[in-house]
Amino acid sequence: MNEAMMIAGMALVTFSIRYVMFAMAGRIRFPLWLKQALTFVPPVVLGAIIAPLILMPEGVLDISFANPYFWAALVAAGIGFWRQHLLTTIVVGLVSFVLLKWMMS
Amino acid sequence: MAHVLPNSDPKPRATPASNSSEFLQGAKATVPMIIGAIPFGIIFGTLAESSGLSLLGAMAMSLFVFAGSSQFIALGLLATGVGPVIIIATTLVVNLRHLLYATALVDKVSHLSHGWRAILAFGLTDESFAVVNNRYIERTDTNRAHWFFLGSIVAMYSNWQLCTWLGIGLGELFPDMTNWGLDFAMSVTFLGMIIPYLRNKPMWLAVISAAVFAIVLRDLPHQLGLVVAALSGICIGYASQQIELRINFSKAANGQNKGSPL
Repeated sequence: MNEAMMIAGMALVTFSIRYVMFAMAGRIRFPLWLKQALTFVPPVVLGAIIAPLILMPEGVLDISFANPYFWAALVAAGIGFWRQHLLTTIVVGLVSFVLLKWMMS
Repeated sequence: MAHVLPNSDPKPRATPASNSSEFLQGAKATVPMIIGAIPFGIIFGTLAESSGLSLLGAMAMSLFVFAGSSQFIALGLLATGVGPVIIIATTLVVNLRHLLYATALVDKVSHLSHGWRAILAFGLTDESFAVVNNRYIERTDTNRAHWFFLGSIVAMYSNWQLCTWLGIGLGELFPDMTNWGLDFAMSVTFLGMIIPYLRNKPMWLAVISAAVFAIVLRDLPHQLGLVVAALSGICIGYASQQIELRINFSKAANGQNKGSPL
């Protein structure tokens, strides 16, 4: 029940964000500062989500050699900036993670 | 069988033939995006159960929410035991970017019926926005462009459902898949999605400060740290962008005064 409510809420929120401008058909205009601030939203939110997952997988900050999440992310970031290709970044990151985890076990 | 010969086509190809050809063109233009979305859809399906989402819930999320990144985030939050209210609030923050997409396209759809606009809004994903926005930039014949938009959405949507379903099946077949490091898949996917944004100093500053805040505030209750970190990052990014603009402006003004060759 909890789950159904959660999904309904997510669906409602997502659809409302996507629909409100279309529904008003151009009768809302955002001030410039809000438009500029909104451009930061996607990378900032994604960054805030993954930073703890990568840097503190056990709940405490860990940038030692024993943290495969950190090192695999570093490799993936390197490839990402170099190749600028999402799928390559993901595949290289995943492969290095599996290799690192295997080497550490 | 004259119609097989290309030079016997009586109609000039310049005019878009019909609604259905626009629809097909929209679907076709979305194929590269679909290829990129396949692994994420499958990973979403496989991760659902280990994150504490029922299989029916995973399918329902793909069917009704239809927003890849926030679906992943919901899984991540569920796995750490966060309640539905926080997850819905986080969905709101994460999906705010769609407001930008809608703002960019609203003039192209405002003549359509409310039903049409609602359907197009429902399918306004990052991927379809990229494809459809491109169509409006490149071509001026916009009479039937909403069929192109719809074609892109239908292609994206059906692929997302199929991949979720496939992922759920794979997760059932290999229940220990979570130990294979697929939990890292979401992190690395988001990492890859951040990289194209990092093109100037304010964006770097925004993302790094959000990451630092997220780590420092990790132990705040209800994952509040995430929301505080995101808002802080946005404020810092916006402020530094304004400062940079002022500095550039005064530099340009000084340069003019001194008669610099620049």
